[in-house]
Amino acid sequence: MFPRPIEKSSAGTQTAYKIALPVALIIWLLPLIAVMVTSIRSAGDINSGNYWGWPTSFNLVENYTAIFTNSPLGQFIWNSLKVTIPTIILTLTLSCLAGYALAVYKFRLNLTLFFIFIAGNFVPFQILMVPVRDLSVSTGLYDTVTGLVLFHAAFQAGFCTLFMRNFIRALPFELIESARIEGVSEWRIFWHLVLPLVKPAIAALAVLEFTFIWNDYFWATVLVNGQHAMPITAGLKSLNGQWISQWHLISAGSILAALPPVAMFFLMQKHFIAGLTLGATKG
Amino acid sequence: MTDVSHTATGMPPAQRSWYRRNRLAVTPWLFLAPAILFFTVYVILPIFQSIWISFYEWDGLGEKVWVGTANYVELMDDDRFYTSLKNNVIWLVLYMLAVPAGLFIALFLNQTVTGIRLYKSLFFFPFVISQVVVGLVFAWFYDPSNGILALIYSIWDGKPPAILSDERYVTYGIIAAGLWPQIAYCMILFLTGLNNVSPDQIEAGRLDGAKGWRMLWHVVLPQLRPATFIAVVVTVIGALRSFDLVSIMTQGGPYGSSNVLAYYMFETALSEYGYRMGYGAAIAVILFLIMMVYISFFLWRMYVQEKRGG
Repeated sequence: MFPRPIEKSSAGTQTAYKIALPVALIIWLLPLIAVMVTSIRSAGDINSGNYWGWPTSFNLVENYTAIFTNSPLGQFIWNSLKVTIPTIILTLTLSCLAGYALAVYKFRLNLTLFFIFIAGNFVPFQILMVPVRDLSVSTGLYDTVTGLVLFHAAFQAGFCTLFMRNFIRALPFELIESARIEGVSEWRIFWHLVLPLVKPAIAALAVLEFTFIWNDYFWATVLVNGQHAMPITAGLKSLNGQWISQWHLISAGSILAALPPVAMFFLMQKHFIAGLTLGATKG
Repeated sequence: MTDVSHTATGMPPAQRSWYRRNRLAVTPWLFLAPAILFFTVYVILPIFQSIWISFYEWDGLGEKVWVGTANYVELMDDDRFYTSLKNNVIWLVLYMLAVPAGLFIALFLNQTVTGIRLYKSLFFFPFVISQVVVGLVFAWFYDPSNGILALIYSIWDGKPPAILSDERYVTYGIIAAGLWPQIAYCMILFLTGLNNVSPDQIEAGRLDGAKGWRMLWHVVLPQLRPATFIAVVVTVIGALRSFDLVSIMTQGGPYGSSNVLAYYMFETALSEYGYRMGYGAAIAVILFLIMMVYISFFLWRMYVQEKRGG
């Protein structure tokens, strides 16, 4: 292990380390802590400039009720869910199928296709912006949740296919081969044999994609205009314009926007990190 | 890794339907068809359409007017374009700090004391939350009247710099905000890498009297190469994709001084500054070409790995 385990150091160093840990954490998360505290301050505190002192009163319930009753934030969160969850289902369907094909069959264009999926995943969004927006407008999908879902699912299929393909390739190929010898159809091999084995990959991708899509701001700005379809990221930005300097409300909104991906990460931490660090250990 | 080439072993020959006989050639395409369709419509074709649109003057609604390379010629002479390009370079260079900083935090946290897992997760938090939130928080921190900078300066009655409205500091202020989640990302990559560092080699190094920096440099870092590579790739891409923070914190201001290509493109094509789709597409093409350098490098490396039988 590197660095040398702290247990092997002197008692003094160990104590110093145990003090340094929480101190470093508080400094590191100071922005978040400040937002949390601000989100329960009263409007009075904000107006009198008490941003950093002890709150004069704790307005947790008032502030959070206020943003739900006086702003469309609830609608924005609902929209984000309506975009995120169908996207995950659709993109995982596409990439399980495609990843299986690229991992299991040998054909001439295999590696070319695989590389196109990887490359597509890295292109800057701006090169897609004008045509995708134009396509959405002409098909009536502009300013709809469906429009966002279809685009996200297509774009994320690149990363997910890369992930799935590598995961399936690492499975023992003998399994598939022996099923073939027994005359099992290709579809049944995929459905009954491979799919149950890739559950960990599906879990990892699902949590990862949840945060990617939930946090998307660019496409939420480009493909959506009205409140009825606007996800939380773009919604928060527009509320920021209305709530000038009402930092207690902006903070409460920020916390709500951040909460779902944070919860997702905490609940599915192992899968999340497995997905994110793909390729960080071998190669 | 098993060899994936295979003939249809065990298949009785002849007198089968066409599909039966060709199923190993046809099936992959059936599996691939939906993904290829989606990817072509929303990713591959738009790239070419953008290149094509960049040769037109187009407001997004009316007729497209062919202008040849006029958009690119105009770019050559556009101060705002050069400011954006310069800022992109600053982003690229400073964003790289996330790699050593992430490594540093990973080394700091790579211990086994009680509760360390929770610490690792909490340190990772900034990456999970939306950049919109990060941007809002940092914009408030930088606020010269109520932010934390104001608080720090008030200790000696100083006047804090108005970071986001000062052309000299604004880009650096946004990059600092961007580094926060990016460092967390690099940290998690290195933590995973450190987990897989061979203990034998560390012990061997210790027996040879290596420790501290020498151990890190000669024994640990070589084994962290895959993690370092991924960290550099995601950081470069993150730097070139810097749209969210610029949009939230300054909208490219003041006077375009914090613009980057990603935001400038959006601004020209889709904002109150006018709907110049062709000109915007030309900016996007330039950004795409810059990104292509990195994409090609990454693909080339993956190709070498595949050929080695990865």
